[in-house]
Amino acid sequence: MTTSRSGDEPLLKVSSVSKYYGTRIGCENVSFELWPGEVLAVVGESGSGKTTLLNCLSTRLMPTSGTVSYRMRDGIFRDLYRMSEAERRFLMRTDWGFVHQNPADGLRMTVSAGANVGERLMAIGDRHYGNIRATASDWLGRVEIPGDRIDDEPRAFSGGMRQRLQIARNLVTGPRLVFMDEPTGGLDVSVQARLLDLLRGLVHDMGLAAIVVTHDLAVARLLSHRMIVMKDGHVVETGLTDRILDDPHAPYTQLLVSSILQV
Amino acid sequence: MPTPLVVSEVAKTFTMHLRGGVRLPVVVNVSFSVGAGECAVLGGPSGAGKSSILKMVYGNYSADEGQIIIKHDHGLIDLVTATPRTVLAVRRDTIGYVSQFLRTVPRVPAIDVVAEPLSARGVSTTEARDRAAALLSRLNLPERLWSLPPATFSGGEQQRVNIARGFITNHPILLLDEPTASLDKTNREVVIEMIDEKKKAGTALLGIFHDQEVREAVADRIIDVTQFAPGKAAA
Amino acid sequence: MSTETIARYNFAYLDEQTKRMIRRAILKGIAIPGYQVPFASREMPMPYGWGTGGVQVTASVIGPGDVLKVIDQGADDTTNAVSIRAFFQKVAEIAVTTHTGEATIIQTRHRIPEKPLQEGQILVYQVPIPEPLRFLEPRETETRKMHALEEYGLMHVKLYEDIAKHGHIATTYAYPVKVEGRYVMDPSPTPKFDNPKMHMSPALQLFGAGREKRIYAIPPYTRVESLDFEDHPFEIQKFDQPCALCGGTDVYLDEVILDDRGGRMFVCSDTDHCEERREAGHTGHMSEEAAQ
Repeated sequence: MTTSRSGDEPLLKVSSVSKYYGTRIGCENVSFELWPGEVLAVVGESGSGKTTLLNCLSTRLMPTSGTVSYRMRDGIFRDLYRMSEAERRFLMRTDWGFVHQNPADGLRMTVSAGANVGERLMAIGDRHYGNIRATASDWLGRVEIPGDRIDDEPRAFSGGMRQRLQIARNLVTGPRLVFMDEPTGGLDVSVQARLLDLLRGLVHDMGLAAIVVTHDLAVARLLSHRMIVMKDGHVVETGLTDRILDDPHAPYTQLLVSSILQV
Repeated sequence: MPTPLVVSEVAKTFTMHLRGGVRLPVVVNVSFSVGAGECAVLGGPSGAGKSSILKMVYGNYSADEGQIIIKHDHGLIDLVTATPRTVLAVRRDTIGYVSQFLRTVPRVPAIDVVAEPLSARGVSTTEARDRAAALLSRLNLPERLWSLPPATFSGGEQQRVNIARGFITNHPILLLDEPTASLDKTNREVVIEMIDEKKKAGTALLGIFHDQEVREAVADRIIDVTQFAPGKAAA
Repeated sequence: MSTETIARYNFAYLDEQTKRMIRRAILKGIAIPGYQVPFASREMPMPYGWGTGGVQVTASVIGPGDVLKVIDQGADDTTNAVSIRAFFQKVAEIAVTTHTGEATIIQTRHRIPEKPLQEGQILVYQVPIPEPLRFLEPRETETRKMHALEEYGLMHVKLYEDIAKHGHIATTYAYPVKVEGRYVMDPSPTPKFDNPKMHMSPALQLFGAGREKRIYAIPPYTRVESLDFEDHPFEIQKFDQPCALCGGTDVYLDEVILDDRGGRMFVCSDTDHCEERREAGHTGHMSEEAAQ
């Protein structure tokens, strides 16, 4: 039986990242490493700094201090904030993905589903319409969008379909790291379950590393291997997801876990 | 050959911050080991900490003190201090676990729930499914249920899915938390057989069995958990 | 009335400071082919959309010895063309012509003349929306960044949509081009039929967008390539009949409705080109009727 030991080096190294808004703390002194194929959930209530952290990691917001380095495909670690903007943007549309809570923030609502998926391919220089369309069609299938909707605009899609389209649009270039901001945020529970299952399968099949910001502990349990619990901009607890949820230590984590509604 | 599982001087206390920081000591000075081909059973009344010990050995609960030494990947690992990443690797390759209740994932069919630990270790989907199917038929789970997600199954049906999932791999250590609680006599017999086979194959088993019949059938040794009660240590 | 007694416009309407400002923008545009240079566009005595950008560019490059031709579509005799020509006759007192070969400056709203342009000629385009990425990206900050970083995937999204909807690239005008392998540029409402004429043209091509306050340029002998897909290469419109008046083929045709019973004819959009051909004795199948 194979016991692969791939990825003995982290993909992302986060070291003492802090972001201040004036004198107010966005997030303070966050450090962790993320390995290939690993899903990290960042949980906490609104205002806990989890979205600030996500933005600092994904080059959308310059941290006040600290470093974030990423292992490029050539194996060399690069400090994200020392890279040129061109390199960062290239990384964003090839090796990374970003799934927004609101699909409208991550999709082009007025171009077809096929073009939404194909955009990243065209951005990296794919110039064969037939191939682009075939790949887009394949990806729509993988996210369970019927093939005959390929020329429809996402405006005409349901919330769940839009979110699945956003995921396809991000994964089409085979990224190694995906950031997700409350990916199941505005969806009905049954739609959520489908999306979570789909994400779980894709993350597993593609060996994706992911950082998922969520306030929903069930999402964290289902998707993530590890968890970071944040409160008031600080990490209050971190560790194996099931250990944090089943044996929480920090007072805030205990409160969070005990606040889950049981069905 | 080192012992697959050695637990020494492990202690666990829960601190309930929501109740004014009250501290509930569960166990102290937990020390025992389980050899290859042996089935050790944790004994003692409810609330003695059997389940907590099992969860610490799986890494699901943290331990406050002591060591849990596992033979893993040609070396020894202390689960008490291991990183989350190591714990996950240990679970994938070394420690299997049959929990009392099945935590279901939406939409994943029973057969894939069972096959998953194998595919996680790189076995092809077809082979993993075949082996899952064999186990499920052995446990008499009706074939029409295999393609359904187990969320809506009865307790006994879920239990059998859980058992099959735990037994499908050949992890050197297998933890069993009341695997027969909701099973009928026929299926209890099957599980007893399966445990015997694991022992013969050299697996180290650590379990909790409330069912006296099963316990007597499988246990090589009972570890009396009451000896780890915090009161005793204090005395 | 004698010219000494009334205040006169400065030569070519704009004051010299303004012309210098615009010339700097033009020079920068020439130095960075295809790059949109912002400039302080002035109010002109005509509404936006009537060619205020082109007029400012023309006013800044025109000199007393220049010969100006103005076309709207391909025609010298439509309102817009006539007005702009009259404007420059009045404020610059320059010579005007309808003959492509005689003009030193040609201001156009859409077409590039059929007769190949020569070294020393300047073609000035009136541009309504200079930003080719605007179709999909409304933020100016973002489009400028995309140009800076050469992120042009979005242009192909537009072409992809065309093929997905129509089976072929249906964009027939304002068809995006890449200039000298670097900047993607909108050739303004020029029909894509004329795109190949921009490529390696001996003439200087200047683009002015008055409302959007942008100037850009293609220096002579610059590569101008129309964007396309490998399996859907760029093609120009084909007409299945020659000009009804001069019999010209390989020219851009306008449809002219003759009556209310479906009668129609196709004639050269470039009126000067058509006239020259007819003077040279070429005829089309409706030359007779037209003569009557």
